[in-house]
Amino acid sequence: MILGIDIGSRSIEVVGMAGGEVVEKRRAPTTFNPVAQVRALLDGLSARRAVATGYGRKLVQDLDLGFPVETITEIKAHGLGAAHHFPEGRTVLDIGGQDTKAIALLPGGRVGKFEMNDRCAAGTGKFLEYTAQIFQIPVQEFGLYALGGDAPPIINSMCTVFAETEATSLMAQGVRPENIALGLHLSIARRTANMLQRVGLAFPLIFVGGVAHNPCMRRLLAEQTGTVEGETLLVPAEPDMTGALGAALWGETLARS
Amino acid sequence: MSEAYREMWENLNLDLAAHDGLLSVLGKFYGDIYMSQQGRLKGMEYLDFVLSEVHGLRIKELQDAKAQGRKIVGTFCVFVPEELALAVDAVQVGLCAGADAGREAAETLVPRNTCALIKSFIGFKLARLCPYTESCDLIVGETTCDGKKKAYEAFAEHAPMHIMEVPQTKTEAARALWKAEVLRYMEKLEELTGKKVTAENLAAAIKTVNARRRALQRLNALRAAVPAPISGRDVLLINQVSFYDDPVRFTASINTLCDQLEERIKAGDGVAPADAPRVMLSGCPMAVPNWKLPYVIESSGAVIVGEESCIGTRNTRDLTDESGLTLEQMIDALCDRYMKIDCACFTPNAERLDNVESMARDLKVDGVIQYALMFCQPYAHEGIKVERRLTAGGIPSMSLETDYSMEDVEQLKTRVEAFLETVR
Ligand code: SF4
Ligand code: SF4
Repeated sequence: MILGIDIGSRSIEVVGMAGGEVVEKRRAPTTFNPVAQVRALLDGLSARRAVATGYGRKLVQDLDLGFPVETITEIKAHGLGAAHHFPEGRTVLDIGGQDTKAIALLPGGRVGKFEMNDRCAAGTGKFLEYTAQIFQIPVQEFGLYALGGDAPPIINSMCTVFAETEATSLMAQGVRPENIALGLHLSIARRTANMLQRVGLAFPLIFVGGVAHNPCMRRLLAEQTGTVEGETLLVPAEPDMTGALGAALWGETLARS
Repeated sequence: MSEAYREMWENLNLDLAAHDGLLSVLGKFYGDIYMSQQGRLKGMEYLDFVLSEVHGLRIKELQDAKAQGRKIVGTFCVFVPEELALAVDAVQVGLCAGADAGREAAETLVPRNTCALIKSFIGFKLARLCPYTESCDLIVGETTCDGKKKAYEAFAEHAPMHIMEVPQTKTEAARALWKAEVLRYMEKLEELTGKKVTAENLAAAIKTVNARRRALQRLNALRAAVPAPISGRDVLLINQVSFYDDPVRFTASINTLCDQLEERIKAGDGVAPADAPRVMLSGCPMAVPNWKLPYVIESSGAVIVGEESCIGTRNTRDLTDESGLTLEQMIDALCDRYMKIDCACFTPNAERLDNVESMARDLKVDGVIQYALMFCQPYAHEGIKVERRLTAGGIPSMSLETDYSMEDVEQLKTRVEAFLETVR
C-alpha cells in the first residue's frame, strides 16, 4: 500500500492506495499534537512508502515510520487529486482551514500557475469558523443557515476580526441574522472569485477542501464565477480528502519510476 | 568580540543592551543560514570574518579614519555616486536596514504602511542600534520613492542629511537635473571635507569603483556555471558586504575568491546538484541581514544564480567610462553611468523589462522569483509588468511580497516549493 498523508491546520487525512485503487481512508483533527495524531492514524497500516503534504508535511518526514516518506506541497497534491476525480478540470479551488489556493491545471493534473492567500486568514475556513461562532452555530451547519437569507448586506471587511465587529453591529441594527450569515459567505465568494481570475479561471472549476462541503459557498461561488454546479463547477464526494489522495497518487507515480 | 569594543560603542552612544540583543540575533541567524551550508569555498572565510566583525573591526577602522580627519558618508541607494566621496577621501558606507528593529519607534515618525526598509533605517536610528549610522558625518538620501522622500524629512531631524533629487524620467531635462544634483552633491562633499574634487582624484576614484564592479561582474559570470559553484546566499552576502567594506581590500578578496571558483568550475564541483532548479531573484534590494527569502529558496533545493536587484546586478552591470580627461568629462561620464540604473522609480522603465528578460535567458534560469517588500509601490507595480513579460517569453515567474518578520516563513516555503514543483 502507498499512503498519502495531508496534515492541514485543522485536520489530518490519510488515503491508502494499492494498484491504483483507494483502499483506506482515515481522518482526525490536527490538535496541538499532530505527530501523535499521525501515529494514531497510521496504527495498524503497513505501507511501502508515503507522501506527506500540507503544513505539517515535514513533521511526518522526521517520524521514522519504517518506510520512505517524500513530501510535496499541498498545491501539487490538490492539483493531482482534483484531476484524478475530474480529468477534464481546468482550474482548482481549495479552501482549507487556513489557506485558500487557486490553481490553473495543465494536462495530467500538473500545476500551471497558482495563487495563495497571504498570511491572514481572510476568506478561509478559519474565517467561517470564527464568524459561525457569533451565531452560535456549528460551522458544519453555517452554510445551510446562511441559505435562509435573501438580502445579504455587503460586508466590507475581510479581516476576520473586523468582519466579526461588522457582523455584530449589523445585528444591533436589526438585520436578520440569516442575511448577515449570507453576507459573510458572499464576501468570501467574491474574494475567491478574484483570486481565481488571477490564475486565469477556465472551466470546469473543481472545488475541493473542507469548505466545499458548505452548500452556501458552492452556490455563491457558482454565481460569482458564472458556473453551474455539476456541470462547470465540480465537487468531489469527499472534497477534504483531495490533498491526501493527490499525495497518494504521487506516491504511486514515484513507485512506478 | 563584545568586550573589546564596548567602549567604542559607548562612545558612539549606542543603546548597549539593545545592541547586544541585535548582535546575538545576527550571530544566530548567520550560523543557521550561512555556516550550515555544505561545501563552502575557502574564500568565504574572509566574508565570515568581515561579517563577524561588522560592528567591531570595521567600525574601529571607521573611527580611526575619522581620527585622521576623514569623513564618513552613509547612503541608502545605489544612486549616490560613491566616486565623489572617494575623490575627497571620504569613506562611504551603505546603511543596511535589513532587520526588523525599532519598528514601534519608527512608526511614530512614518506611517505604519511604510515598507520595512524605511522603517528599519528609522528604527535603527531611533533605537540607537547601528554603529554605522552613528558614525556618519553625513547621510545622503534620495528622492527615489515617496516613502523614502517623506521619511527623510523626519529622519533629518535626527541626523545630518543631504538629499539628492533623483529624476524619475530619462529625458534630456532629467539628465540635466541629475547633473545639477551631482554637482550640488560634489560641492556639499567639498564643504564637508575641505578637499576639492579634481580630475586626478576623481579619475582614481572611478577606477577604484569600476574595479570593484568588475570583480563582481566576474563573480556573476562565474556563478552562472552548471553546476552552480557558489550559493546565491553567499553571493548575496558578498554584494551586501560590498556596501560597507573598504573597496580596494574587498575587490582583491573577491578576485581571490573568483580564482577559487574557476578551479571549482574546472573540477566540475557545485554547491548544488547540476539538476537543481536555477532561480533568479528580481526586485527590491535586500539589505543585511535580510536573508529570509534566499534561505527559503535554497533550502527548498533550488540554487539562486542571479539577483536583479540593487544589491546585485543593478549596482554592478554598468561601468563608468574611464576615458575622460577633464573634470567636466568625468562628471558627464558619471552622470551617464548613473542614469542607466533601471530603478522602478523611473517612468517609463521599459529597459528594466528588457534587462530582466535577457538576464534570465543568459543565466538559463528555470524560473524568476520577484521579490517586493510589502507596501513598496514601485516594485509591486513593476512586478505585474515583469511577470507579464516573462510569461510571454515562456519564463516561469512568481511574485512574492513579504517583510522582515518571520511569521510568514511557512507560507513562503509552501509557495516557493510549489513554484519549484511547477518548474522542475
Ligand atoms: S531600488 Fe531604486 S531607490 Fe532603492 S536602492 Fe535601488 S536605485 Fe535606489
Ligand atoms: S523598497 Fe520600495 S518603498 Fe521601500 S524604500 Fe525601496 S523603493 Fe521605496
